[in-house]
Amino acid sequence: MDFSSAAELLLLCREQSLPISEVMRRREAELADAEAAAVDARMRRALAIMREAAHTPLKEPKRSMGGFIGGEAAALAARRAAGASVCGDVLGLALMYAMAVMEVNASMGLIVAAPTAGSAGVVPGLLLALAEARGFSDDQLIAGLFDAGAVGYLAMRNATVAGAVGGCQAEVGVAAAMAASAAVELLGGTPEQSLDAATTVLMNMLGLVCDPVQGLVEYPCQNRNAAGVANALAAAEIALSGIKQHIRFDDMLAVMYKVGQAMPAELRETARGGCAACAGLCASGRAAKNS
Amino acid sequence: MAFISVFDVLGPNMIGPSSSHTAGAVNVARLARQMLEPPLAEVEFTLYGSFAETYQGHGTDCALLGGILGFATDDVRIRDSFALAAAAGLKYSFTPNFTETDVHPNTVDIKMTNAAGKTLTVRGESVGGGAVRLVRLNGVKIEFTGEYCSVIVMQHDIPGMIAQIGGAFARRNINIAFMHLFREAKKGRAYTIVEADETLPHELVAELQALPGVQDAIIVQA
Repeated sequence: MDFSSAAELLLLCREQSLPISEVMRRREAELADAEAAAVDARMRRALAIMREAAHTPLKEPKRSMGGFIGGEAAALAARRAAGASVCGDVLGLALMYAMAVMEVNASMGLIVAAPTAGSAGVVPGLLLALAEARGFSDDQLIAGLFDAGAVGYLAMRNATVAGAVGGCQAEVGVAAAMAASAAVELLGGTPEQSLDAATTVLMNMLGLVCDPVQGLVEYPCQNRNAAGVANALAAAEIALSGIKQHIRFDDMLAVMYKVGQAMPAELRETARGGCAACAGLCASGRAAKNS
Repeated sequence: MAFISVFDVLGPNMIGPSSSHTAGAVNVARLARQMLEPPLAEVEFTLYGSFAETYQGHGTDCALLGGILGFATDDVRIRDSFALAAAAGLKYSFTPNFTETDVHPNTVDIKMTNAAGKTLTVRGESVGGGAVRLVRLNGVKIEFTGEYCSVIVMQHDIPGMIAQIGGAFARRNINIAFMHLFREAKKGRAYTIVEADETLPHELVAELQALPGVQDAIIVQA
């Protein structure tokens, strides 16, 4: 069982009456020549790492290697605990977890690249928030991860997930598309709705540049992961309301790739443009760390 | 097209912050360490391009040293690799090189010296997503990813070497997947890299080492 496009994936889902997650799971077992139980165990390990990374900074905030971030997730948690958050449960939790994972990543902690280290907060952020707010089991979350994996695989195969090639739209954009598709499946949507949500995310994050300050995976990367979960949640809500998209996911990937190619090199992970080239950067990073 | 696994998308499981600058650095050093008999006494890293610019902020130094110590990309001991190397009696140094710019942006030279006094220098590149390749061995241009179980033969560029090396594989009924010859100059130093689909037996190395014209042979298991 294999597919090379979203169209083929949807056909498989329809013909075999399977959700996206199950098609991806069976594809993995078949093509990797692995037992289904071994594939599941590996995904369970990924989920365990994600959960640990999403929670550790709430109790033990840690300054990043470059000194630009640290403590953001704990700050969000404190505001939630005080009942002051303007976000609902799902978005509030998702922002907190996504930023937590990026704090762990930037302080040399253990994360799962999803699809990259710089976008590692989005998928766990939204899925763990949904699990907490809606009571999804680990087995359901693992299915969500396979669904997300299918969308990420299509982006890797047919476009790019490298910031140096396609900008942040290819990293956080794709991560958010993965999260949106998984959220739709978990919340009872159809495979078509999952991919419509993935399309919506790429559309709304189209053209987002990769401009890490000092070339480090910290800032604005952590903020962008928060933007990713918000975009993913909005796209899932739109799709689950029965609103259809006029661009298919395969075509949207091609559009995203083309926009990435049109970006000047300054805006593709070279740290020579965008926020990285901002002359008015406040001295809160390295300088603060050294003082 | 090569198979893209769901764990290529949701993975690698890694110590942050960067798949190319941290996980890739672990992988390149881990590959290099297998090319010299342990224990290692000293390792000198020279960093180029983006590695030279950002190695401290990305923990590339901890990652390289962790790889030399044999840690995988998801091993939390990477953070403590300076202290662990010191405890193991391994000397190390990091030197950024800003003058040589005609290199892949994420390049490192790793010069290793083992307890027996033997040295070996490789140049590695981190090419994205944690994937790596070695592009130089003791100054000679090579191309090696460590994806397959391999034998690296260091030899003189003389007639008949390929046949003799191939013969050693044939006698053991080991199928050769790929075989590449790299040389410094005509009749100079040369390297043959043979990649196979199966784990390679250690006697193979002894047999290759005994061949006339061969200086050394090493096995790198995938």
